[in-house]
Amino acid sequence: MDDLYREFILEHYRNPQNYGTLEHPTFEAEGQNPLCGDELHVQVEVDDAKVITAVRFTGQGCAISQAAMSILSDEIIGKSLEDVAKLSREDIVELLGIELTPVRLKCALLGLVVVKMGMHDHAGTAAPAGWEGVDEISWART
Amino acid sequence: MTDAPTRAAAPVASPLDPERVSADFPILAVGPNTGRRLAYLDSAASAMKPSQVIDSLRATYESAYANVHRGVYAHAAAATENFEAAREAVRDLLNARSPREVIFTRGTTEAINLVAYSWGRTNLEAGDIVVTTELEHHSNLVPWQQACAATGAELRFIPVDDDGVIDVSGLDALAEGGRLRMVAVVHVSNSLGTHVPLDVIVPWAKSHDALVLVDGAQSVPHRSVDVQALGIDFLAFSGHKLMGPTGAGALWGREELLAEMPPWQFGGEMIRRVEYETSTFNDLPWKFEAGTPAIAEVTAMGAAIRYLQELGIDAVHQHEVEMTRYAHERLLDVPGLRVLGPELGVERGGVLSFLIEGTHPHDIATLLDTYDVNVRAGHHCTQPLMKRLGVHATARASVYAYTTREDIDRLIDGLAEVRRVFGLA
Repeated sequence: MDDLYREFILEHYRNPQNYGTLEHPTFEAEGQNPLCGDELHVQVEVDDAKVITAVRFTGQGCAISQAAMSILSDEIIGKSLEDVAKLSREDIVELLGIELTPVRLKCALLGLVVVKMGMHDHAGTAAPAGWEGVDEISWART
Repeated sequence: MTDAPTRAAAPVASPLDPERVSADFPILAVGPNTGRRLAYLDSAASAMKPSQVIDSLRATYESAYANVHRGVYAHAAAATENFEAAREAVRDLLNARSPREVIFTRGTTEAINLVAYSWGRTNLEAGDIVVTTELEHHSNLVPWQQACAATGAELRFIPVDDDGVIDVSGLDALAEGGRLRMVAVVHVSNSLGTHVPLDVIVPWAKSHDALVLVDGAQSVPHRSVDVQALGIDFLAFSGHKLMGPTGAGALWGREELLAEMPPWQFGGEMIRRVEYETSTFNDLPWKFEAGTPAIAEVTAMGAAIRYLQELGIDAVHQHEVEMTRYAHERLLDVPGLRVLGPELGVERGGVLSFLIEGTHPHDIATLLDTYDVNVRAGHHCTQPLMKRLGVHATARASVYAYTTREDIDRLIDGLAEVRRVFGLA
């Protein structure tokens, strides 16, 4: 459990990557985890080939939720929407490289949930099974 | 401001030795992460259980178990006797007039729901006012929201100031423009420790002929509560916060009120005579206890009450006051730490909610756990109060009879480590 706060995570928490806002996002979404009050607002810019060219986020909350979003943002820039749609819970856990209790897993997943929901909302497709309304996480189009 | 919950003949409390008390709690001996003693500072969420309670559960299932009340054989008689002895234990604990005034429930939440349904939906109507406070746990807020929505009554709030202290200066205005029927208030706040001045609120409610329900979840396990001296009408509490098992708690209500209230759940146990078309209902208290109750758990709640009384509830309270003050003083010395709720020196329950600038409460609680220091983080089932205070969540440490000075020292040491990890030290 000590590993939860390894330097890699703390560095992303203190100095998040891709923090801020975009002028012309292709889509954006925000989500909250009412359990601990984590909040994320994510903006994504996509090119004609449906590849993510930029991500920016703002938010506040626990180190896990904010660091996970920072790490995720680095991961998905340059990826196609199709690839992002395939990202799973396990992928997030692997990206973070830490073991999480079920309660803290919700914190870690918030960023991916927001990205996925924004993506599907933008495309007008139904959220993938098992992701809409993940646990207590709520989201809203912005 | 103090209400008068202390019984007249209470003996002078002898000081509690938390080390000796801890010896009764097997789970405290070895923490899961360090092997050291578990510094359990989350009793406001649920208390740990002494061997006396665990033994009671085992004894029920091993030597006195059957369904209660109707069986004719020896085990059924013994189980019934032990179950009803717990009712007498609750009566004694609260200084109620009669065991008929004690209804067993799953806990505080179900007890409040019982009143909100049975009394609320029968008696409330448009033009009526229900008053509660801005401090309430969701369990004493949502049932009244629902009862008011269903009946057209209006829900109003006694406000708190920025310290989370109840402001009674505007009480009279709260009763204007309608008929005040019910004042449902928490006794001690689970989020902030705020002590609610029942000695002001109860006479005000009574001057309007309103009923008073007290959420005693955080008071009954920690201080002497005398329902007759308080002059209230209903009181709810949970056994599991009183070192008893989960799934057992009680509603106390004045007999003449309970007698008039209709049952809210129907089935076995609560009936007298049943025909295909119609039924008549059992006497108090069984009228409100439909179905097979939590027999072993209720019986063990009785054991927990006896255990608490053997420690001496005034001694427990005095110990908690000392531990809370010690923890409060030490927390105030932690740089960047803010304690929410009443200021040092103002009466409060054994609950300290705090924030550290630059860290999130969940990160604080997760890191403290690595040292086997258990605190809670979150909104503590008081989302509107958190919003009122302008915070999303807090970290919360709470004390009980087994809390030692060393537990609090380890909390403080752990918080220094939190600050180091987050680059604040």
